[in-house]
Amino acid sequence: MNLKNLHIGLFIPCYIDQFYPQVGIATLELLQKLGLDVHYPLEQTCCGQPLANSGSEKEAIPVYKNFVENFSRFDYVVSPSGSCVYHVREHYNILEQTDEVERVRKNTFELCEFIVDILKTDDLKIEYPHKVGIHQSCHGLRGLKLGTPSELVTERSSKVHRLLKKAKGIEIIGLDREDECCGFGGTFSVFEPDVSVKMGKDRLEDHLRNGVEIITATDMSCLMHLEGIARRQKHNLKAVHIAEILNSNRL
Amino acid sequence: MTGHAHKAGQFLKNGERASWHDETLWIVRQKRDKMARAVPEWESLREQASQIKQHTLSELDNYLIQFEQQAVKNGVQVHWAANAGGFNEIVSGIIKENNARKVVKSKSMLTEECGLNPFLEKQGVEVTDTDLGERIIQFRDEPPSHIVMPAIHLKKEEISELFHEKLHTEKGNSDPAYLTAAARLHLRQKFLEAEVAITGVNFAVAETGAVVVCTNEGNADMGVHAAPVQIHCVGIEKIIPRMEDLGVFTRLLARSATGQPVTAYTSHYLAPKPGGQMHIVIVDNGRSQHLGKEDYRNALKCIRCGACMNTCPVYRKSGGHSYGSVIPGPIGSILAPHTNSKKYKDLPFASSLCGSCSNVCPVKIDIHDQLYRWRQDLSEKKIVSPGKRATMKVAGKVLSGSRMYDLSGKMARWGIKNLPRMFIYNRLNVWGKGRELPEIPKESFKQWYKKTHQGKGGKNGQE
Repeated sequence: MNLKNLHIGLFIPCYIDQFYPQVGIATLELLQKLGLDVHYPLEQTCCGQPLANSGSEKEAIPVYKNFVENFSRFDYVVSPSGSCVYHVREHYNILEQTDEVERVRKNTFELCEFIVDILKTDDLKIEYPHKVGIHQSCHGLRGLKLGTPSELVTERSSKVHRLLKKAKGIEIIGLDREDECCGFGGTFSVFEPDVSVKMGKDRLEDHLRNGVEIITATDMSCLMHLEGIARRQKHNLKAVHIAEILNSNRL
Repeated sequence: MTGHAHKAGQFLKNGERASWHDETLWIVRQKRDKMARAVPEWESLREQASQIKQHTLSELDNYLIQFEQQAVKNGVQVHWAANAGGFNEIVSGIIKENNARKVVKSKSMLTEECGLNPFLEKQGVEVTDTDLGERIIQFRDEPPSHIVMPAIHLKKEEISELFHEKLHTEKGNSDPAYLTAAARLHLRQKFLEAEVAITGVNFAVAETGAVVVCTNEGNADMGVHAAPVQIHCVGIEKIIPRMEDLGVFTRLLARSATGQPVTAYTSHYLAPKPGGQMHIVIVDNGRSQHLGKEDYRNALKCIRCGACMNTCPVYRKSGGHSYGSVIPGPIGSILAPHTNSKKYKDLPFASSLCGSCSNVCPVKIDIHDQLYRWRQDLSEKKIVSPGKRATMKVAGKVLSGSRMYDLSGKMARWGIKNLPRMFIYNRLNVWGKGRELPEIPKESFKQWYKKTHQGKGGKNGQE
């Protein structure tokens, strides 16, 4: 496969666009450094998940259609979010399955899985001398199967760990609970604020107890929640999206 | 805030207790992991169990008839109950016919679902729950908070106090062995006095007409062997076709439930004892209607192991009583709305949809997908709050085109950045209750992109 000929559509989820542009920039730069022809359609908005998770799948249909319109022409669509990608793949089933819809559902990839499965590499020549805790975001882990969830009795693997392990100087910190949900859960975070915050606090404490300095994830939404709690509690823990770590390379 | 969220908030007010509850159940989850990993064919076992249930549900009418025929041949009296009221009448009829006043019961979520205890008590029947956890909550007059560990919300010190009051144990002695011994003495007396023994059923084998009950305390056996009349209550979905299917489920059940290789007792009841009566009451109570809903049918595969509760971070951190349904936790949240979708409308939302429940489920119920589906259905039927729906309608309009989206984003970022803190962090901002909002960047990604890639982007990113 000649990577140079691939047309890559970059999908930057709404909350990353608005609140974490540096994550979008890191994703774009990384893909370009990997020699890809990356396009960012300006009419893109959101994958529609916030509506659908609240029960308003029907209201989300125009949002889905906008996504398909913007992205069906690409060979691959890459996004720094396991959750949004999972939503496109799994829940765009309610649209009429035209060629465009099928194409988008099949070709939309989370950044790490795109690098490992499509680009077939895991060594991005990174140097990252930090104590890193990996928060395994649920939709990436259990939905996209980026790794083996702790519940399953199958051979263990993790694309995220594979990519980070190659970083020079990195220390990946083991956690007491390797893949428990952080409690963000989209609109769950505001419909069930007490449980959501408690879940987040408990996850943070696990990272802190084990000496994590930087917490990373495939989803900025989990990190937005965790970082929001950390700042309120005045913890000294930095949240960095995995795209930013992977982009801190010498490619 | 709605029911579950509110009650969970109350539970979480005592942070230390909530953490203890969370940790206790997490230990059970870890035991389950250890036991499951000791079975190399675990995942294929789950698949097999799921398929046996799938097949059984698709032929349920035939298997139920076969089961009845076999049971009758064995000398069992079989009764059919269409609903909870009918079920309670049948059981109370059997008790009356035998002029009985004292009943012992071993744990059964079905009798809990049908409200059998209060029904019988109203008629002057003394019902004693003989499972230790059930007896504890019966003393406290509260519902179980977990289907396998009904008193898991209580600490041993609380049980010590309760037993001191009810069983006159030593004040302040909360040694579990001491308390268990006291309960054993108390229950032994009840077993000896009982005229009727009631049990739930884990599996009903169509091929033989036998019912199988799994317990750790042997209380089902104690009751059934001592009392002249035995009544087994079984939901229609508890049927399995053959004896050889049973092994698949007993291997999964205890490992999933408590992290044991098998329950201490797996009791098979086939025929009445000499001179005794054996009754089996087969209960529908909404199950056949549920069976007719294809999208949700899978939930009837449930073998009531409780693994989805132990793994669910929402359950662990909000406590079983916050659900307000007979069966709490993830499986309860997809079962309860079938019985009353208005009353339980908030339960499908009491989940972060992390999917851990579906992964531990020994019969592979797609629990988190059904939670998602329920959200759509409740919204479609206009059962969720009109405010929520209206908000989502607006959000749908804003997010379906970039012009409105870009503008709204700009306004939100401006607001968070420039308004005084008290305008942003107040009662209306639920996010801000325990969290800070993100630090607002000087520009969005799109603004940055347009600035740095001038002349490139354009309509649909065409260059």
